[in-house]
Amino acid sequence: MKQKTFLISGFIASLFLAGVVSFYASSHPDGLEKVAEDIGFIETAKENTNSDVILSDYGFKGIDNPRLSTGAAGVIGVIVTGAISTGFFLLIRRKSGGNK
Amino acid sequence: MAYSLPMHIPDGFIDLPTSAAFAAIAAAGVAVSIRGSKSALDEKTAPLAGLTATFIFAVQMLNFPVAAGTSGHLLGAALAAVLIGPYAATLAITIVLILQALLFADGGLSALGLSIFNMSLLAVWFGYGVFLLVKKIMPKKKISISIAAAMAALLSVPAAAAGFVLQYAIGANATFSVSAVFTAMIGTHFLIGIGEALITFFAVGAVLASRSDLVYGYKNETSKLEIRSN
Repeated sequence: MKQKTFLISGFIASLFLAGVVSFYASSHPDGLEKVAEDIGFIETAKENTNSDVILSDYGFKGIDNPRLSTGAAGVIGVIVTGAISTGFFLLIRRKSGGNK
Repeated sequence: MAYSLPMHIPDGFIDLPTSAAFAAIAAAGVAVSIRGSKSALDEKTAPLAGLTATFIFAVQMLNFPVAAGTSGHLLGAALAAVLIGPYAATLAITIVLILQALLFADGGLSALGLSIFNMSLLAVWFGYGVFLLVKKIMPKKKISISIAAAMAALLSVPAAAAGFVLQYAIGANATFSVSAVFTAMIGTHFLIGIGEALITFFAVGAVLASRSDLVYGYKNETSKLEIRSN
């Protein structure tokens, strides 16, 4: 498989997982949250300082349909993560001296 | 509910001095990783590292049920370490954690250093150590790489959970016994680790099948020989 094909397939798979499959994810409390509830230290948790951001808790504020709301948050997350991380890794990579 | 993922620690669990201390350790670890990842990142592997971070972000949204009333999701530390090497893996997970906290209010901002320590440093490096050990005792086959990655994944999740227990022991804002937290955290996260191992096994297998030359943990030995012959 060509490098480009590989990268594009991986990106599309990520879009699909975050944009579509994420709706079907379990909504049960996760490991840490469950332990915190069972033992009791959940009460020390504070509301996050930025909990009113537009994509808070993986939903797009203003979209009422939960499927679309989660999907939009996932797609935006994948695009932003893809752009920032790829840009960052290209920035810090070893430069091959331009003799390629 | 402003916290929904394992080990994405909300603000308030751990006191501020402890959070600040772990943030300092996390920052040092990230600085070392930027230096360390240079040799592994070139114009070919840098986009793969970006894709790894992107894929981990996506899969971290997919909580799977692990036991009655509990869910877990991929951490991706071992997966990233095997695919792009431990230094770049530290950076990839860190980017994901920062974006999750900033964009999705997932994990407290004051707790970011705690989460980065547990997942980007502890889980990545412990997982990579397990990977190297298991790889060493396995026959030199592609499937061994997937199995070693799965073992690393299985143990990397309780390792990250142990990091949280350490932070709880040092600076919890609650007074429940550390041993109770330890038992519950390790038990639950061992179960999540089984899911982690399965996903990692298949993800590493998929990349090995299509582009094995891109897998850091696979090409390691052969690339050493190449360098010598240069």
